[in-house]
Amino acid sequence: MTNKIIPTTEVDVQNLVKYFDVSAPWLSRVFSGQPKQILKAVDGISFKIQKGETFSLVGESGCGKSTIARLLVGLYEPTDGKIKIKGHDISNLDSPKALRTLRKNVQMIFQDPFASLNPRWHVKDIIAEPIRAHKTLSDNHAIDKRVNELLDLVSLTKVDGDKFPHEFSGGQRQRISIARALASKPEFIVCDEPTSALDVSVQAQILNLMVDLQKELGLTYLFISHNLAVVYHISDHVGVMYLGRLAEVRDSKSLFSNPLHPYTRLLLDTIPDLDMSGRDRMPVAGEVPNPIDPPKACRFHPRCPFANERCKTEMPLPTPVPGGYVECHGVQENRLPAYVPIVR
Amino acid sequence: MTEALLKVENLSIAFKSRHGELTAVDNISFEMAPGEILGVVGESGAGKSLTGSALTGLLEKPGFIKSGQILFENRRIDNLPYEQMRRLRGLKIGAIFQDPLTSLNPLYTVGFHLVETIMTHLPMNQAKAKDHAIRLLTEVGIPAPEKRFEQYPHQFSGGMRQRVVIALAICANPKLIIADEPTTALDVSVQAQILRLLKTMSKEHGAAIMLITHDMGVIAETADRVSVMYAGRIAEIGPVASVIKNPQHPYTQGLMAAIPIIGHQAERLAQIDGAMPRLNAIPTGCSFNPRCPKVFERCYHDRPDLMTAQDSLAACWLHDKTR
Ligand SMILES: Nc1ncnc2c1ncn2[C@@H]1O[C@H](COP(=O)(O)OP(=O)(O)O)[C@@H](O)[C@H]1O
Ligand SMILES: Nc1ncnc2c1ncn2[C@@H]1O[C@H](COP(=O)(O)OP(=O)(O)O)[C@@H](O)[C@H]1O
Ligand code: SF4
Ligand code: SF4
Ligand SMILES: [Mg+2]
Ligand SMILES: [Mg+2]
Repeated sequence: MTNKIIPTTEVDVQNLVKYFDVSAPWLSRVFSGQPKQILKAVDGISFKIQKGETFSLVGESGCGKSTIARLLVGLYEPTDGKIKIKGHDISNLDSPKALRTLRKNVQMIFQDPFASLNPRWHVKDIIAEPIRAHKTLSDNHAIDKRVNELLDLVSLTKVDGDKFPHEFSGGQRQRISIARALASKPEFIVCDEPTSALDVSVQAQILNLMVDLQKELGLTYLFISHNLAVVYHISDHVGVMYLGRLAEVRDSKSLFSNPLHPYTRLLLDTIPDLDMSGRDRMPVAGEVPNPIDPPKACRFHPRCPFANERCKTEMPLPTPVPGGYVECHGVQENRLPAYVPIVR
Repeated sequence: MTEALLKVENLSIAFKSRHGELTAVDNISFEMAPGEILGVVGESGAGKSLTGSALTGLLEKPGFIKSGQILFENRRIDNLPYEQMRRLRGLKIGAIFQDPLTSLNPLYTVGFHLVETIMTHLPMNQAKAKDHAIRLLTEVGIPAPEKRFEQYPHQFSGGMRQRVVIALAICANPKLIIADEPTTALDVSVQAQILRLLKTMSKEHGAAIMLITHDMGVIAETADRVSVMYAGRIAEIGPVASVIKNPQHPYTQGLMAAIPIIGHQAERLAQIDGAMPRLNAIPTGCSFNPRCPKVFERCYHDRPDLMTAQDSLAACWLHDKTR
């Protein structure tokens, strides 16, 4: 989306792992003889985001997108693996240096602008909160001035600052959360389904605003969505997630013109055909399995039309392909049919 | 057109509030033919669910039908006593909601739900009803139906639960099904499966379906005709291909242009500025006038009704032939 002169890595995620212990309490486990249950929400994920670009994560619910978001902003600590932001390791949240990097550079926008804004605060105080918390400005006059700049940046007015969140529509509330995210002048913003709760006409307003802000401020985005058309519109690079793994990571152009992983193709095929071309859709079978006991080896094999013996016994590792990499034996063995582009 | 199955005539739905009466659905009229799928699309708050609940007799207080009438098989149903409406719902009119758990009681097995509904509406004994229930579960694509019959709703995935709700809705072979955002809570791959199932059910059982959604893609895949609602009114109604490819109302035009489509490259999306008005602040004249790029003098004073606009009907003065 931006002119990249010298690409510099803003975010570097290496072999990231996050497990949750979802066992019943210890005592009841002892009595009922149940084993410990570990949910592998994120299970070995690597990607890089260059400064000024938008990297999107797409996948069905429960595949681990929000967990990655929370790991990247320091709300969770990784079980294993590394996260570097601007070259600084932020994997260890006890390190003051990691916290400083996070506070200075990283902010997050959530899906639900209703839940993420304190209903009892004036909008101007909501927006000023990160400034006050991090003491980036101290005198009230300067803070007011900054808040007004931020309101202006997201196309709200000074008067709006004196209102409460409930006086605004969903789209306007998302503008407020964007203004709050920008208050501490972060360079990297994690956006977890920022438009999923909005109507399409409002979604267009927010996506346009995000693109404008990225250009103006040189922001780097991690954009999370389950909507492939939105991802197509906004991304430079895309990672397709399935049950805690990245099935395919490609530049946007390669991914959408020649998707390689069978799951990516399945997702693309579920998109309703707004061009009304009358194309036949591949009937898609099955649902995403339980992440507590995911399928062994390739996690997609129970739903994959190209699964063979190897897929059921051996975990596929990243294979380089044009524009990125894919985790699939079928692709690596070059035995999948060529992609038939959807005529549009 | 064959004899209409459903006729909605000048229907208005209002709420009594401290600040007086608020009209949420304002004088809408449309018909549905037997077996057709009518999509109802619009942003949240446009009045879609209220319209659906008026048709199923599930309108909740303080909402009430202020004026107009609803004719089903040429019989008025908007003023039926509660008990008669309850019988009609289930027997001739089925309902499917966004959250399948609103239709399923967690304390009862899936089989119990089906058998009870079947025996309420059809002259069948327990054993016959069970056979019918298992046939329905098979029909809606639930594997191992005998085993699933004995299980509780929480043992089903979201997609499988919605299949059970569909089985419940079709068990008495209704003529009309009102489906309010039936796939909104589901993942995309499951959504495609459920839409396909709804379409098959409509074809095979000859049921008309009113498919309420905020997602134009769902409509494009499934509906025969579509009604676009805005601020409690129908902005445009017509054959689905015409409305999507050749929208006639400036609101529909804006809506279609705002949807990102794979393969259509654009740095910015077309956007309609502003937001849909709140019920207590609906502008006079055309309610879309503050956001309309084609607004002209008359739009501020006169409220347009649906008028012919190519293959569709649109509530917009641009299509006034006497202009
Ligand atoms: N704090 C937590 N404790 C236990 N399980 C969790 C927690 N957060 C997420 N999970 C589980 O991890 C998996 C991935 O969740 P999430 O990252 O929210 O997925 P997504 O955002 O892609 O829908 C899900 O199975 C979810 O239930
Ligand atoms: N119980 C209620 N009291 C007051 N207003 C209501 C009530 N239920 C719905 N409304 C209002 O009626 C309008 C239409 O609602 P609804 O039919 O649910 O919209 P949609 O389904 O299109 O999102 C909305 O503005 C909503 O706020
Ligand atoms: S590894 Fe095998 S099962 Fe997995 S996606 Fe590739 S072909 Fe399908
Ligand atoms: S009637 Fe006027 S304001 Fe309303 S949609 Fe038509 S041109 Fe726009
Ligand atoms: Mg999530
Ligand atoms: Mg609704």
